[in-house]
Amino acid sequence: MTVPRQTCEIFLSINGQQRTICAHPMERLLDVLRHQLALTGAKEGCGEGECGSCSVLIDGVLVNSCLVPILQASGTEITTIEGLAQGTRLHALQKAFLDCGGAQCGICTPGMVLASYHLLSRKPNPTDDEIREFLAGNLCRCTGYAQIIEAVAQAAQPAGAEK
Amino acid sequence: MRSDPAEFELVAPGSLPAVLSLLAEQPGTWLPIAGGTDVMVLYAAGKLPAGKLVSLWNLPELRRFDVSAREVRIGAAATYTDIRNHAVIGKDFPLLSTAAAWTGSIANQNRGTLGGNIVNASPAADSLPALLVYDADLILTSVRGERRVSYNSFHVSYKKTILAPDELVLSVCLPRRFDGYFAHTRKVGARNAQAISKVCIAALARPNNGIVEDVRIALGSVAPVPLRMSQTEAVIKESALDGATAKRARLAAIEEVRPIDDIRSTVAYRKAVSGNLVEEFLTRMAASPTKA
Repeated sequence: MTVPRQTCEIFLSINGQQRTICAHPMERLLDVLRHQLALTGAKEGCGEGECGSCSVLIDGVLVNSCLVPILQASGTEITTIEGLAQGTRLHALQKAFLDCGGAQCGICTPGMVLASYHLLSRKPNPTDDEIREFLAGNLCRCTGYAQIIEAVAQAAQPAGAEK
Repeated sequence: MRSDPAEFELVAPGSLPAVLSLLAEQPGTWLPIAGGTDVMVLYAAGKLPAGKLVSLWNLPELRRFDVSAREVRIGAAATYTDIRNHAVIGKDFPLLSTAAAWTGSIANQNRGTLGGNIVNASPAADSLPALLVYDADLILTSVRGERRVSYNSFHVSYKKTILAPDELVLSVCLPRRFDGYFAHTRKVGARNAQAISKVCIAALARPNNGIVEDVRIALGSVAPVPLRMSQTEAVIKESALDGATAKRARLAAIEEVRPIDDIRSTVAYRKAVSGNLVEEFLTRMAASPTKA
């Protein structure tokens, strides 16, 4: 029998709000977001870093939240899909995904949008190959990728570039 | 079955000396975890023995790059993204930057580390053949001090290394003496993006007046460890850069690899592809306008 370990207090920022979490240090960031903070945008797909449906940004960097122990997120700024829109005003990427039919069942969509956000924050005018490379870690099993790639290209255009 | 977080301890001492002290106090007890792209997969699958983990993530001592005229030192916890973005590595060690770009997805490159890849010791790791051909050294560190070892001697057998229980890989040293070499790499997998290799190759050579003066070849996923192809190199070295040499090298490579059947491929396929990759390397070099 293993003796249960103690939980710890972890301070971090979630979508701009300072939060204090009480958790076991090896709890996955994904589980803390979904179960403690009720932020269910990040989804569990494969649980092993292959599918990207649990994608979030830590300090602006795209990660699979299923592979991050919560202790390693201590002191960071987390952005989830819930943090992208401003009130009812959608982010340009969210609008483009809607316009282009880039979302169907919605399981991969939060990850797709955040991976695209990560791409555009580094390469504001990506080539088609760059879009495909930056989204290669996000799997979609219904829409197909054409509309998703089209949506990212549309959001990257100057007219849709408001961040 | 999934692991129960209540059965695990994870600490982040925040500095290299503090981590090394912990490892020295209870050698073999603490499992180091950097970006978690391997450890957390085992954890999620319930395959990580319950126990104690120590975080190396973002330790500044492990994430630095030191560039001198003689060598580039990469901190063991530098991520694949850090490596891809480093201009000197891109110029002097293109086989490593390309392998970094092939390792997992962007999200995994943002978290996965070169040192983690080395210590995890998978024979299928994409970056390890590049380290072999670039003659990398590793600096290993513990409270007992540092030691510098040839990367070529690091892997003993499948997933077994010479790392002592109280040691960490501190940095990877790449000598800057392969300027002017023809560099070739290729990964053969089921999918272009984030597939684990069936076979991958990293190769360097220096031809001169139609003779291959120096050649260095390593393959991944063809043996219990990343494999430096010494016998194949011996066939090529000091030989003419022509079709006959390429064919002899292909046969030598097929003899030299020791692959297994597994979920990703078969012995027969891996042997054939190993030979083809070596032949392709020499054929491309012969056709390259940039060859010396």
